[in-house]
Formats: sequence, structure tokens, C-alpha cells
Amino acid sequence: MTSRRRVTHSIIFVLLLIGAVFMIGPLLWMLSTSFKDKQDVFALPPVWIPRPFHFDKYSEIWTAGPLLSGIRNSLIIAVTVTIVGTFTSSLAAFSFAKLRFPGKNKIFLLMLSSLMIPYPAVMIPQFFMFSKLGWIDTLLPLIVPGLFGNIVMIFFLRQYLSSVPNAIIEAAKIDGSSYFRLYSSITFPLIKPAVAAQLILWFMGIWNDYLSPIIYLNSPEKQTLQLVIANFNATYAIQTDYPLIMAASIIALLPMLIIFLVFQKQIIESVAISGVKG
Amino acid sequence: MNTKLGLYRKEKIYGFLFILPPLLGLLIFTLYPMIYSIYGSFTDWDGLGQMNFIGLGNFKDLWSDELFHKALFNTLFMMLGIPIGITLALLLALGLNRGVPGTTAFRVIYYVPVISSLAAVSIMWNWAYNGDYGLVNQFLDLFGISGPNWMANKYTVKPALIIMAVWKGLGYTMLLYLAALQSVSRSYYEAAELDGASGFKSFWHITWPMVRPVTFFIIVTNIIGGSQIFTEMNIMTPTGGPEYASASVVFYIWQKAFGNFQMGYASAMAVFLGVFIFVVTLIQFRMNEKQSFDVD
Repeated sequence: MTSRRRVTHSIIFVLLLIGAVFMIGPLLWMLSTSFKDKQDVFALPPVWIPRPFHFDKYSEIWTAGPLLSGIRNSLIIAVTVTIVGTFTSSLAAFSFAKLRFPGKNKIFLLMLSSLMIPYPAVMIPQFFMFSKLGWIDTLLPLIVPGLFGNIVMIFFLRQYLSSVPNAIIEAAKIDGSSYFRLYSSITFPLIKPAVAAQLILWFMGIWNDYLSPIIYLNSPEKQTLQLVIANFNATYAIQTDYPLIMAASIIALLPMLIIFLVFQKQIIESVAISGVKG
Repeated sequence: MNTKLGLYRKEKIYGFLFILPPLLGLLIFTLYPMIYSIYGSFTDWDGLGQMNFIGLGNFKDLWSDELFHKALFNTLFMMLGIPIGITLALLLALGLNRGVPGTTAFRVIYYVPVISSLAAVSIMWNWAYNGDYGLVNQFLDLFGISGPNWMANKYTVKPALIIMAVWKGLGYTMLLYLAALQSVSRSYYEAAELDGASGFKSFWHITWPMVRPVTFFIIVTNIIGGSQIFTEMNIMTPTGGPEYASASVVFYIWQKAFGNFQMGYASAMAVFLGVFIFVVTLIQFRMNEKQSFDVD
């Protein structure tokens, strides 16, 4: 029995390993291409380990396109939105979960059902709203809506808050604590791990977003990182400078990869919970 | 009594105040634009001049617009990736759930494509699908298969995008299944084993029904996400692909709205998309309701 089990385990392990090669292979190939010279890029059969490693594309990308301003713009948007938006979202989640006021559940349901409305269905009027304000080709259309909060996050935190006993909050209420203090010094510390996980997921979503930036941003120096690397592709693919394109793409996904590896436990847990409860 | 009433009134005010930002956000950035979209879909709105009401004109045009049909067909065709992804992810999750060594490492490796920027991986896959030097054809060469120029052929461009989409989303689906599997109590399997059922039987009668809510969740979110597919096409086939074979609905909306300034027409498509998603979600809720009756 145990030996049979060991055999099945080994088979499964090998299959998972083969799968893992397929998952990570293309990304490793991308990484390896970014270090190649011209001959190696077009070598048949493919060269996996460049000889020698060329690091010059990683210095060239910074002058070949507005990569640095792309990173800066992406950071400005993602940091502002997630910090302010997390505050408004967690405050709302606290209110939805722990305070009593009329119409609460109806409003919550309205918010939830709005999740069904896809972004493409509202993007055209949104574009005109922001163009009337003169916000086209600025970062504002990408920042301002997020400051009002994120419904997915509100939903998730509200669920999470249901496990926080009401008694703690009632007791503090009787002690005369203000409602904002109830949130800031009692609730928020309790839900910090959930907030952190949601914040990271949201940050990644904004960092990797492509559709809304492409609608609003035209000038190269205003564009987010994703647009910058897409333009790299459009420009340098004709010149078949694949090492340069791959180097730029590696730069675009490296920050999220690092964040993921550092917070992988929280991210994986948060995703798993939202799926099972959803 | 008086203070209690006062306390409640205060709570009412603060409770409402705290949800005001997301509520305003919803009204300004979702509900108002949505109503405007619906209104715009009945007009000849071009973004500059007057909006003239033309009734169902745009929808009639959609009915006979060949490019729209293509985009719609392409979008639906791409959803073939959903059952493929679900099957693979469930198999992977079942494998991982047996506690083989390196589970954590596998979870991380399979999840890396999920967190990777779609723009970056689109660029990478585009190069991998290159007919002469791409990784995919070089891999096929090992088996003596000479692959096509994937992105330039109208028959292979969609399968190519499906493979990429499955690769990108597999880790996420696998993770959801793994979480669901871990919440299935061991005692069910032990009881089944006592009854002489194991292997496929216990999978079919225990595992599959137990993960059904997750399967529904994945199907619905994947249909909603799949119907909004855009980035891949925009980067990999900026003109819509060979004979428009890789253009999606959102790609066409985007082209019409911000390329041709046919805002009314694009709004009609956007409304169509919204209704489609609404119906899918509604069906999901109905099925879920039925499911919970079954359990009771």
C-alpha cells in the first residue's frame, strides 16, 4: 500500500514538474532573450543560456523610451489610488458591517449588483466626462475614480468583519468612543491582514491595467509602464530588436513578481478565500 | 431614553457618511455613465456634434455588421479556453492536494503567469508564436511538426490566443480549486472507501459535487472576463488579425469609439455587452439557488 502510494506520488510529482516547466518556460525564455545578442536570438535550435550574457539592453532601455517616466506614472496612480481608496473602502466596509442606518442593505446590494456592469459599458461616457473637465492626457481619470473606493474590497472586508464580535464595538460605543475612533483604533487593527492582502491585489490590478490608460493617455511621457512597453514592442519589433523588447517587458513585470514572492502567502490566501466564499 | 435616541441618530449619520464616498463613486462613475451609454446607443453621437435620436438604428446596423459578427464570434470562440482551463486546473489541484513534495513551490510557479502583466506576456507570446524563430514552433520541431506562423494565420490565431489565455489563468483557477478541495472533509472519502468506492467513483460522487460552487464561480467570472478580452489583441494583432480573425468585441468597441468616433454605435455594442454579462450572471444566480435547494 505504501509503496503503491509512493509510486502514485512520484508520477504526480513528475506530471506537476512537467506542467511547471510549461508555465515558467516561456518566462525564462523571455529572460534569456533579454541577455542575448543578435545571432543567439535567431539561433536554431534555441539558445537558452546566452554566451556570453549581454547586459547592455538593460542600460539601453532607459534611453530608448520613456521607461522611467512610465514607472513613475504607474507608481503615482497605483500608490495614490490604493492608499486613499483603501481608506475609503475599509471605512465603508466598517459602516456596512457594524453600524446601523436605514437603507444599509439596499445600498449594499446596489453596490454589489453594480459589479455586473463591465468597464467597457461605461468607458465612453466616462471618457467624455473627463474630457469636459480637461483631464485627457493627465493621470487624473485613472486616479480619481479609485479614490472613492473599491467595491470588491468593501465586499471582502465586510465579510471579514462579520467574524469580529459586535460586543467589542458595542462596549467601545458605550464608553463614548467616536465612530471614527471605533474604526481607526478598534476595527482597522483587527482587519489589517485582510486589508493588506486586498491592497496588494488592487495595486497589482492597477499596475497591470492596460485598457483605461490606453484610452486616456497619449503623450509618451504621460503613459503608464504597460503602455510604454507596448510601444517598445510596436517600435522595435520591426527592427527585430527582441532583446530590447524583452528587457523592457522584464522590467514591467519584475516589481509585481517581487511583491508576489514577498507576500505570496497573504495573496494566495486572499484569492482562495474570495473564490470559495464568492 | 433620550441619549439612546441621540446615539442612534448619530450612528445613522456617521454610518451614512462613511459609505458616502463609494456611493458617490458608484453614482458618478458607474450608474450615470451607464445610463448615458444606454441613451447614447439610441443616437448618432459622434463625440462632437449634436446627438440625434435614431431609435434602434445602431442596433439594426449591428445586426448586419459583418465585422461585429466576426468580433462577437471570436470573443465567444475564445471561451473554449474556459473548459480547457477548468479541466487542467482541477487535475493540477487534485495532484497538489495529495501532498506531494514541493507543493508550495508548485503553487508559486503556476501562479506567476497570473500576476505577470498581461501587456508583457502578450509581447512575449507574440514573439514565442513567431513562425520562424518562435519558441512554440521550435518546441514542435522536436516532434517533427513544422508549426504555422501562428498570429498571421486566420485559423491558428484564435487557438494561439486560447493557449496563451489558459496559460495565463491556470494558476488562479488551480488555486481556487485547491482551496475548495482542502475544505472537503476527509470523512466523506473514508465513508466512501468503506462502501467500496474509490478512485474515479469517489471523485465523481464526492469531489465534483463538493467543488461545484467553485466551478460555477469560475465559469461565471471567466465568461465575464472573457467577454471583455482586449489587451492581448491590441498588442498582438493591432489591426484585428488576419481577416479580423482575432478582434474581440471590446477591441471593436474601442476601435469604433476612439478610432472612428462613432460613439453612438460603440455605445450600442457596449450596451449589448452589458446585457450579455447581466444575463450570464442572472443564470448563474438561478443555478446557484437551485443548487442550494438540492443540498437542503
